[in-house]
Amino acid sequence: MTAHEAPLAPEATAPHSIGVHTQKLGMWVFLVSEVMFFTALIGSYIILRWGTDAPWPEPRTVLAIPVTALNTFILICSSVSMVKAYAAAVKDDQRGLKRWLLTTVVGGATFVGVQVREYIHLVQKGFLPSSGLFGASFYTMTGFHGFHVTCGVLSMIWVTIRAFRGKYAGGKYQGIETIGLYWHFVDLVWIILFTIVYLI
Amino acid sequence: MTAAVTAHGAHAHADDRSFVRKYVFSTDHKIIGIQFLFLSLFFLLVGGLLAMGIRWQLGFPGQAMPLGGWLPQGVAPGGVVAPKMYISLVTMHGTFMIFFAVMPLLVGVFANYLIPLKIGAPDMAFPRLNMWSFWLMIPSGLLMLSSLFVLGGSSVAGWTVYAPLSNTPDYTGVHLGQQLWCLSIVVFGASSLLGSVNYITTVINLRAPGMTWFRMPLSVWALFITAVLAILAVPVLAGAVIMLFFDQTIGTHFYLPAGGGQPLMWQHLFWFFGHPEVYILILPAMGIASDVIANGARKPIFGYTSMVWAMVAIAFLGFIVWGHHMFQSGMNPTLASAFMVSTIVIAVPSAIKVFNWLGTLWRGSIHFTTPMLNALAFVSMFIIGGLSGIFMASTPVDMYIHGTYFIVAHIHYVLFGGSLFAIFAGIYFWFPKMFGKQLDERLGKVHFALTFVFYNLTFFPMHILGLGGEMRRIYDPTVYDYLRPLQPINVFITINAFLLFLSQLVMLWNVIRTLAWGKKAEMNPWHDCGLEWTVPSPPPHGNFEHTPTVYHGPYEFSVPGAAADFIPVNQPPAQAGEAHR
Repeated sequence: MTAHEAPLAPEATAPHSIGVHTQKLGMWVFLVSEVMFFTALIGSYIILRWGTDAPWPEPRTVLAIPVTALNTFILICSSVSMVKAYAAAVKDDQRGLKRWLLTTVVGGATFVGVQVREYIHLVQKGFLPSSGLFGASFYTMTGFHGFHVTCGVLSMIWVTIRAFRGKYAGGKYQGIETIGLYWHFVDLVWIILFTIVYLI
Repeated sequence: MTAAVTAHGAHAHADDRSFVRKYVFSTDHKIIGIQFLFLSLFFLLVGGLLAMGIRWQLGFPGQAMPLGGWLPQGVAPGGVVAPKMYISLVTMHGTFMIFFAVMPLLVGVFANYLIPLKIGAPDMAFPRLNMWSFWLMIPSGLLMLSSLFVLGGSSVAGWTVYAPLSNTPDYTGVHLGQQLWCLSIVVFGASSLLGSVNYITTVINLRAPGMTWFRMPLSVWALFITAVLAILAVPVLAGAVIMLFFDQTIGTHFYLPAGGGQPLMWQHLFWFFGHPEVYILILPAMGIASDVIANGARKPIFGYTSMVWAMVAIAFLGFIVWGHHMFQSGMNPTLASAFMVSTIVIAVPSAIKVFNWLGTLWRGSIHFTTPMLNALAFVSMFIIGGLSGIFMASTPVDMYIHGTYFIVAHIHYVLFGGSLFAIFAGIYFWFPKMFGKQLDERLGKVHFALTFVFYNLTFFPMHILGLGGEMRRIYDPTVYDYLRPLQPINVFITINAFLLFLSQLVMLWNVIRTLAWGKKAEMNPWHDCGLEWTVPSPPPHGNFEHTPTVYHGPYEFSVPGAAADFIPVNQPPAQAGEAHR
């Protein structure tokens, strides 16, 4: 970064701030909007499915629940490894940080891979977005969630590269916490989606 | 390197950025605000031109438009507005004005320009995201503009793009135009999101020492609350529009009854966004007007704390009233009553604000400057628009007037009479700070007087048309016997609308003339208390030489015993006797 392209970096917290790092606060505000976005999709799904008496296919007759359950487990594990990465960053344990970040990247990428495989499988079976409201809402909700995980994995790769360059050493680990918030949020959304789309 | 930049980053320093970094892909909130200003004024012009097309057809149905011969024969055979083009004009006028003119004028311009300056911050919390917030508006605007020129024409479903009209091309012949509308709005949502995250974080975390919550100017409060509304409402629109887009492109049936979908769901989702959007469009205007009125009356704002809480109340209530847009769509009467009551309750905080403005003016030594005149117009027009809003809130009355010109009159009284006059007030007020040149007061007053007169002559008679039964979005009212006697009113409105449009040339000339040959602005031409007036015009990159410390509330005008009739917020209490610099 050269001097003349660097934006003015305001101090992390001002005297009257609420004591939360600016980056972390920005992520929380962003996540509020993400909550509203997924609420729009999930709320519509609830209205379309339970707001009428029209029949709705049993999810397990269409979707392969055991595979997705395993995938859910993998995603939750990647959240755990994210926590471990943050804990390592706080202790300035650079080796641990790199290792746990890599684990998280692998977990997230596996999740996306399994989801893509699931999509291919479903499309081959003839289950498409145009296959009734179930197909439409299934692909819209899980698709946007998958898009969020993909964005998360890409950012996580970038963070991992920075970690390997030692950018988070010496107590400058705010970036780890910030991306961790996003990661846990995406994980949480999946737990809700898995419950209401696959299980119920 | 980064650490070194951060160390002195909080202070204004020698500017060694390249031209592109400084003026094009700038991360400076002031440049971004000015970029938004020019972009949204361009879209204001586009929206205004579309409105002229609408008015021509309504005033002189079936006659060739002046210059209409230049339009393709497909949309305007022989220069006459074709029915489909007419609906396209109505749709795109609303879309451009709401999403690309008024909202970016209020939020993109004033939130960007004012928040850091007014709270004593060197820049926004995330300057790069802020830059992206502007540069996403460009593709968004281009997508929307291009939809006017594609095969099948632009969206013709009204700015609310109700399903199933919007997602069934068989009804309208519009394919690509509606899809581009959806894509444009999704990109717009991303831009709005990046901006709002910045405004909220900046206000919470970057206030200068002494700038407590209740020392913030009402404009900053308003922009902060607006950003909260945008964070909560715009993502819902994005979700709804994405589902609409899928209905058109990949064969889903979210809003199509044929496949089990629910058209009413679109309306609920749209208005869940749409009503908070109404307050996104008016709260910043209220904030700007509060700042300008206190300044013009040389008095502290009356009831500062109640002004803040009234805005919070309006914002909260704004989320539980959306159903009043749907009384005619078929709704359980009990639910309609609930929405009616919650809507009428909004009159309370709105009235608190109006009476506080009147209280501020009461016995003030009012300076009738151009910004002040526009701010006073805002208050008075907002009263008319607010009162006609109560008509609409009442379900039985709404049943009769909802689909008529009465509601067209109402929305223009709050959105033009309200928001746009406040925007004019803001532009005249902060122009010297933005550009370092003082707009000509005499031309400004001419512009104000012409706009105020022709605006009222244009929109007030629409109330009468509406009560007479003229429907909104109607192509040719003269085909109905009962509307034919009202036609002279339509001609009258059209002539005044053209004059209203032409009056804006005065402001355009004023801006061009001032930028080219205008007189240099002082640091504090309006003798205002705000922090933005304690730095040069225009302020340098980084805004403040040293982080300022705030000692006073935002509106300390005419304090007894003080030497000048205003006390800058950063003036240490010890020197209270020597306000003039």
